[in-house]
Amino acid sequence: MSTQITEREEESTESEPETETEAGAETAPARQRRMDEKRRRAADRETERERERAGIEGDTRTLKVFRYDPEVEGKEEPRFDEFTVPYRKGMTVLDALIYARDHYDSSLTFRHSCRQAICGSDAFFINGSQRLGCKTQLSDLSNPVRVEPLPHQEVVKDLVVDMQHFYDQMDAVEPYFQGDDVPGELEEQRQSRENREKIKMSTRCIWCGACMSSCNIAAGNNDYLGPAAINKAYQFAMDEREGEAVKQERLEILEQEQGVWRCQTQFSCTEVCPKDIPLTEHIQELKREAVKNNLKFW
Amino acid sequence: MSQSYDRGAVEDFGRWREFSAGMWAWVFHKFTGWVLVGYLFTHIAVLSTAIPAAEGGAAAGGDIYTTTLQGLESLLVVRFLEIGLLAVAVFHILNGVRLLFVDLGVGLDSQDKSFYASVILTGAIVVASIPTFLTGAI
Repeated sequence: MSTQITEREEESTESEPETETEAGAETAPARQRRMDEKRRRAADRETERERERAGIEGDTRTLKVFRYDPEVEGKEEPRFDEFTVPYRKGMTVLDALIYARDHYDSSLTFRHSCRQAICGSDAFFINGSQRLGCKTQLSDLSNPVRVEPLPHQEVVKDLVVDMQHFYDQMDAVEPYFQGDDVPGELEEQRQSRENREKIKMSTRCIWCGACMSSCNIAAGNNDYLGPAAINKAYQFAMDEREGEAVKQERLEILEQEQGVWRCQTQFSCTEVCPKDIPLTEHIQELKREAVKNNLKFW
Repeated sequence: MSQSYDRGAVEDFGRWREFSAGMWAWVFHKFTGWVLVGYLFTHIAVLSTAIPAAEGGAAAGGDIYTTTLQGLESLLVVRFLEIGLLAVAVFHILNGVRLLFVDLGVGLDSQDKSFYASVILTGAIVVASIPTFLTGAI
């Protein structure tokens, strides 16, 4: 839309000097200067008009958003779109994306739901790092803000990636409690305070997939369980309420070739985890568990 | 407004500015490891030409060894390569100690600081060793 207007503007400025040449009233440099001045003013008016049209006043931020849509001709080529959004204090990247979608381009696609870092739907690659859109303040980022879909996952459309592989890996570690003895009705399965404290951080996982996306090893090796799945396994393997047999089973899954031993302690996952889960620490502890499990001194 | 764009790989070295400390530690550890493996092969090559096992005699063997080594040490390039070897070895050792602690689950919260410490310590040791390596060469 904007480009058309600029073109028209230029046409009008170009047609004007011709009449003046016929009159021969001005020298060439003076005319040049006047034309430059005119063009500058036209550009100013143009940006002013654009801001008015968008209803934007005051502070703004620029979003550079990755766009890709394999189903629409002309959008199959991945590209970046720029959106200028009004900034207000406390605005998150997700807020800005929602504004861009609601005001500029309703086809802009991204997952989001709870907007408070619980549902884990809106993990994006923001300014070169995996972060939750709803938990990342625009004030913490340098402008313009680059928003891309999570790396190492197939892009479905715009910022939406295919999470199936991630879910498959999560399922592979049987991410549910398997107590040996089911207590009678209305009976509680109590956990000691110390044990609860031990697995506390690992229970925080929201399945956003940021860690898996940041992991260098998981990127090149689709068989590797990945940090999220291993962390899930940690939660249950360390739970004392599960019996010895179940723990043994869990360790057998984890100590396989593509289990904990693929981790090379780059700390990428720990760095990006939006819930601050010490993933590397958990993986390392499971490595030690696996070794202890297999060492026999008698 | 929009431009075509190739996502590329995150591990692409064009994005090195976005690498975190742990990632750098891993990259350097891999690199220095391979350099040390490469050095071992040249080390074997030099020693096997400099020590004639078949000819026996300690005097003759000692001669060849001394002349080979002196020949190598007279080259300035070799002196600089030795400094490089020390740098690579020292970093690999220090980061190896860091990884040992990581494996034991000690001080995981300060893994980035221990990486910076090992880089700085490597730098200091290498700088301190320069006079020793270069005396007589320049």
